[in-house]
Parts: sequence; C-alpha cells; structure tokens
Amino acid sequence: MNFDFSDDQKQLRDQARKFLAEKCPPKAARVVLDGKAPYDKDLWKGLAEMGFLGVAIPEEFGGAGAGHLELCVIAEEMGRANAPVPFSSTVYLAAEALLIAGSDAQKKKWLPAIASGEAIGTLALFEGKGNPSPQNVKLTAASGVLNGVKKPVADGAIANFAVVAARTGSSGREGDVSLFLVDLKAGGVEVKSLTNLDPTRGQAEISFKDCKAEPLGAAGEGWSILTQVLDRAAVLCAFEQVGGADRALEMGRDYALDRIAFGRQIGSFQAVKHMLADMYVSATLARSNSYYGAWALSTNAGELPEAAAAARISATQAFQHCAKNNIQVHGGMGFTWEFDCHMYYRRANALALGLGSLSYWEDQLIDRMRKKNAA
Amino acid sequence: MNFDDTPQEAEFRATARAWIGANAPKQYEDELRKSSLGRTQLKNADILQVAKAWQKKKADAGWACLHWPKEYGGRGSSPIERVIWQQEEGAFGKLSHMFIIGHGMCGPTVMAFAREEHKRTYLPPLASGEKVWCQLFSEPAGGSDVAGLRTRAEKDGDDWVINGQKIWTSGAHYSDFGILLTRTDPAVPKHKGLTMFFLDMKSPGVEVRPIRQASGASDFNEVYFTNVRIPDHQRLGEVNDGWNVSLTTLMNERMSIGAGVSTGFPELFDYCSSLMLEDGPAIENAAVRSRLANWAVKASGLKYTSMRAISALSKGERPGPENSIGKLVAGSMIQDVATYALDLQGASGVVSGPEDAEVAGRFQAMLLRAPGTRVEGGTDEIMRNIIAERVLGLPGDIRVDKDVPFNKIPTKGR
Repeated sequence: MNFDFSDDQKQLRDQARKFLAEKCPPKAARVVLDGKAPYDKDLWKGLAEMGFLGVAIPEEFGGAGAGHLELCVIAEEMGRANAPVPFSSTVYLAAEALLIAGSDAQKKKWLPAIASGEAIGTLALFEGKGNPSPQNVKLTAASGVLNGVKKPVADGAIANFAVVAARTGSSGREGDVSLFLVDLKAGGVEVKSLTNLDPTRGQAEISFKDCKAEPLGAAGEGWSILTQVLDRAAVLCAFEQVGGADRALEMGRDYALDRIAFGRQIGSFQAVKHMLADMYVSATLARSNSYYGAWALSTNAGELPEAAAAARISATQAFQHCAKNNIQVHGGMGFTWEFDCHMYYRRANALALGLGSLSYWEDQLIDRMRKKNAA
Repeated sequence: MNFDDTPQEAEFRATARAWIGANAPKQYEDELRKSSLGRTQLKNADILQVAKAWQKKKADAGWACLHWPKEYGGRGSSPIERVIWQQEEGAFGKLSHMFIIGHGMCGPTVMAFAREEHKRTYLPPLASGEKVWCQLFSEPAGGSDVAGLRTRAEKDGDDWVINGQKIWTSGAHYSDFGILLTRTDPAVPKHKGLTMFFLDMKSPGVEVRPIRQASGASDFNEVYFTNVRIPDHQRLGEVNDGWNVSLTTLMNERMSIGAGVSTGFPELFDYCSSLMLEDGPAIENAAVRSRLANWAVKASGLKYTSMRAISALSKGERPGPENSIGKLVAGSMIQDVATYALDLQGASGVVSGPEDAEVAGRFQAMLLRAPGTRVEGGTDEIMRNIIAERVLGLPGDIRVDKDVPFNKIPTKGR
C-alpha cells in the first residue's frame, strides 16, 4: 500500500508552490479584489506555460497527459495561493465535462485552447436558489436553441464558452436534462456581472435568447454526465479547499507566534493553542478524505461517488473552520481590509457553495453509503 | 497512490489469513464483532481466559507481538506487517485489548531499560499473555501532570522501599507485574527526582482496590504500596532519570497506531438504516442524514489519516505526534454518537438493560463508558497541547513549578 502521492507528484507540487509564491503573491488577488482587473491574465498565461492548465488533458488534445493525481496537487497549490484566476470553472468543470462527454471534434476545438490558456470555460447549471437537481433546470432547449437564464455562473463574465444544462423534456426527471456547448461570444447571449462574496472569482448572470447551441453528449444523458462532472470537481475543489485551509492555519500559527499580549506570545495561551489545534485536526481530516477522493478519481473506482461527497463535505468544513478562526486568532487586525485573512474567508465561503451546498452533499453522501451497503 | 500490497506484503497477508482462519476461536467471532465500547464482555465465557488462550496460541506459532525481536517472544516483523496482521485478525484483535498496556507500553520500556537477563526472563511470558502487566503512573495528585506524583521510593541496602498510592491503573486486579514511577528525590524540581522500576504485583505490601467507574464497571484500580520492597536490579534506567524513561513509555503509547480507533459511527449508521421513526425510516429523515454525514466524514477522515500513517511507516518513516488526533476526535465523537442514538429512541432511550433496550443496550453502554475515553491516555486538552506544541510549534505552557523543588510546590488551591 502507498496511500500517498509519488515523489514525482510531490516534486510537481513543490514546483507549483514555488511558481505561485513568485507569480501570485497576496497582492495579485488584491488587484482583482479592488476591481482593477477581472482576473490575473499574466498568471493565467504563466499557468498555461507551466503546463498546469492541461495537466490532466491527454497529449493528443494539447495537454500534458499526466493525470488527475497531478491535477490534485496543483489544485491544492491554487487554493493555498488564493489564485485569482478561473482555474476551477475551466479545468474542473468545463474540461472535465468535455473529457467525459465531448465528441472528438469538440475536444479538438476546446481542450487545446484550455491547455494553452486561450479559452476560459465554465458550467452554467444553477438558476437562482436551490441545489443541483433536474427539477431546478428550467432553461429550455428546443431544436438546439436555448432560452432561459443561468445564475450564478462562476467566471461567466470572462468565459469564452459554457457547458449549459437545459431541459429537453417535460417530465421533470433526470432524462429530461441534456447538456449543450455554447460559444459565449456568439449571438443570443447576454452576460451581466454579479456582485459576490469573493470578488477575486467573478460570478455572472447569463441570459440565453434564441441562442444556438450544440449538444454535448447524448440527449437525455445530461444529468448523468453532470453527476460525474460534479463528483470529479468535488474532489479537485476539495484539494483547493485543503490548500486554503492549510494556508489559513499557517497564517494563524505565524501570527500567534509573532503577537505579544499580556507579556506573552498569544500562541502560549491554551485558548489560542487549542483553537489552532482544532484547525489542524479539521484540515488533516479533510486532507485524508481528499486523498481517498484522489485515489478514487485517478483509478475511476466505483467508490468515487461516495469518496467525492466525503471529500467535499470534509474540505468545505475544514476551509470554513480554518478561515474563520484565522481571523479570530488575529483579533481586530484580522478584520481589517489590509490583512489577508478576509480573502481566505471569502474564498472559503464562496467555494463552499459553488458545487451545491453542504446539505446537498450530505444528502448525496448518505444516499451513496446506503447504496454501497445494500450492494 | 494505491491500496495494493507489495508482493512480500501480499504473501505475509496470505500466510497470516490462513493461520487465523485455521486457529482463531471462531465461536466468539460474532459476539466480538458486535461488541463495542462499553460492552466487550462475552456472555458465556471469561474474556480474560479466552484472550489468554488466543494469545498463547499466537505466541506458540510466532504471531505474538509481531514487531518485537524473536528472542523476546516476538517475530521481528516490520511495522507494516504488524498492521496487516491487525487487519486480518479483525474482531479477534479485540481480545488483545486485555494486554494492550503490557504490550504497548510496559514491554517496550522494559526492552529499552532492563538488563538483558531480565528481558529474556520477563518479555516472552508477557508477549504470550501468560503474564499480564500494568502501568503504575497516575496518582490522585498526578494525572495529566504525571510528574506531580508523590509515591516515595527510598533506598534501603540493595532494595528500594515503596510507600504511596497509584490510581486509574487499568487491569491491576489481574496483573502479574507492573512498571512503577516513583519519587526518589523530593528536594529537586519535579521532573528531576523520579525513578522507574518494575515489580511483582504479588509482592507483600501491594494492595489493589478496584474502582467502580461512572459506567458501573470496574476496569481500573487504586493500588496502595506499604513498605513494598523492590530489588535495585529491577530499576529501569538511572536513579532520578525516571521522567525520561516514562517518556519512552508514552511515546510508545502514541506509536500504537493501526488498530483503528472506535468512533461509534458504523454502529450508528447500521442502527439508523433499520430504525423506523414516526414519520418513516430514520435514514430518510433530513435531520438524521445531516448528522450522519457529519460523523461519516470524521470517521472516514480518521480511517484515511491512519492509512497515511501506515504508508509512512512502510517507507520507514516514524509516525509523529499527528497521530494524537485519532483519540482526540474519536473520544468526543463516540460520546456524541451515543447521545444521539439514545435521542432517536425518545423516552425509551433511558432504559438500558440489554433485554429491554434497543439493540441490546449497546448505545446506553457506550454512553456510560465514553467519558473515560476522553480522559484515559491523556485528556482532550492534553492532546490539543501536544498538537499545538509538537506539530504546530507553538510555545509550551508556562510552568510555574518548573524550577521549584518538588517539596516546595503548593499542594492545595485553597
């Protein structure tokens, strides 16, 4: 048994960490936070040059063809660096949907463009309140023409294309949902940016009016593809969350060592020590659950649905827990705009919602555990 | 990243599995499988005798204390082989809990500090379960603060004379030997005046009094020493160096990974899968599902944390203090799980007799035993200190008694 990343994968992680430390210091995210740019274009280009955007895309489609374990270690570093780029929407959601269901022509068109950093992609699933469910897909597709409104769409305002979930039947069941690929620069698309919890990662409302779209995957199979995409994204996003949680813990630890109050390092007070110990515990549990998810993802194991849900819940809890307590350790300073604590707090809470809420994944996990026990 | 055995590991696993299949006491398997925290008794047999018989059988065939050297009754196995054995032994491994103190802590301490002839005399019968050992550390005034202990050892010729009292000693009532931490110099700071010994629990002047616990059971004891004589050759380590010797014991305690900590989650999930509430099956109730999911990810997080530690072990890395999280998380979790299982039973949850209570009262037994798991082997607070100081590198607690001679430290708060 070797329940760990290989030396090569760890080397890739070190390489990514070094690269991001240089190209993505905290002030990089602030440029986007302050509204001076929609995302960090130079960083995006650099990520493409390093081969990080296409790390799990096969070589025949312009990627590095490494695999999902390699993508997991990069995702962790993206989270650690709080990178202000559309990595998750493009790489976890759009690219994975193409890899699962795309035709050869669709893969040839979009995957090399993703790997080279030319195309930003996203998934347009949500329509206002509610979690992923066939019933919540109201946007219609008739004869390849879409009508309806999606929101929020992650990175929708900067994306070149979107995978859109649409209703192609009337029973309200899974078989009514189909996926479409839409070039967002084509006609019939209207995009509006939405103010959101984490301005370093944009959210948009996209309206489709008699918009022409090509099917992605077979008609009526949209929901089954979406489930697979969400499971894969859940694992990848969990690594991003684990990276963020670890960084928030580190920030809290460092501050507790630096800051003196009542004549002592505040990290010598048990109340502070124990808060940090609990952060470490939640980050460790999340990391271990995520490793299991990574194993299931990389081997396409039957356990993936359950492992993905467990990783998702555990990592969401850990990042939220570490990000909020990092501010608490910092006291008043942590609540200022100047300190970086709030950037991780924002990111933790935005990531917690992007693939459906905790209660959705809790529900999924128990369903999947029951299924496994029954089998 | 994989869960596969190496060829050598696979061969070891196959050999172990075959031997266990042919030799384990199968008549108790079902009962052992269903036993959980607070309920590890066998209905129609004395569990200590069953455990001793199984341990002896293992020892005779070379499967006892796998990682110990052969000359001391072990097998000379690698840590990963020990873990594979534990996985294969499954429910029968619960029987070796009777020997966990002796095998996990006393044995390694004796191995590190006793003279060679003693090691060859005392370790093999400890490994085979013929002799049971206990650990005499805690005292009424020295629990988490072990170094605050007051049991005196005074030199008299070639012997030491022991007077004092220990408490919370697991299994002392059926132990043959014990390792004993004593104070040999009260005029120096507390960590500097301790000495470790091992002794025969049948020595004149040793009196064991079982403690009735909150659960009603009596796994722990008070042990009184009145002019008990221990020959100097049974000293472990140097005079006044007992603190360092005890650290070896405690390090070994925390190295005992792989067996997996009990969380109560599998029991709760099973229960909820069959339980009917007024408005339908419990497992379909949204509130129940949310609670279950939160515990599920803690249980799986612990499971895979332990797998990561095993992987590190198999690469020859030593497990670090990060393994303290198992006890910390599982201890309070099992308490919460038991509380919730009873809540699901409504008013009838109060009934605890195995004949009348739901699922033979297992959650009631768990509830009453659980507070102990948060205390034994270090409280939650001590575990958090360990993580904060040794993993995160935060400062140690300020110790106002650090440089004060032990006999000048105040003994009462008011």
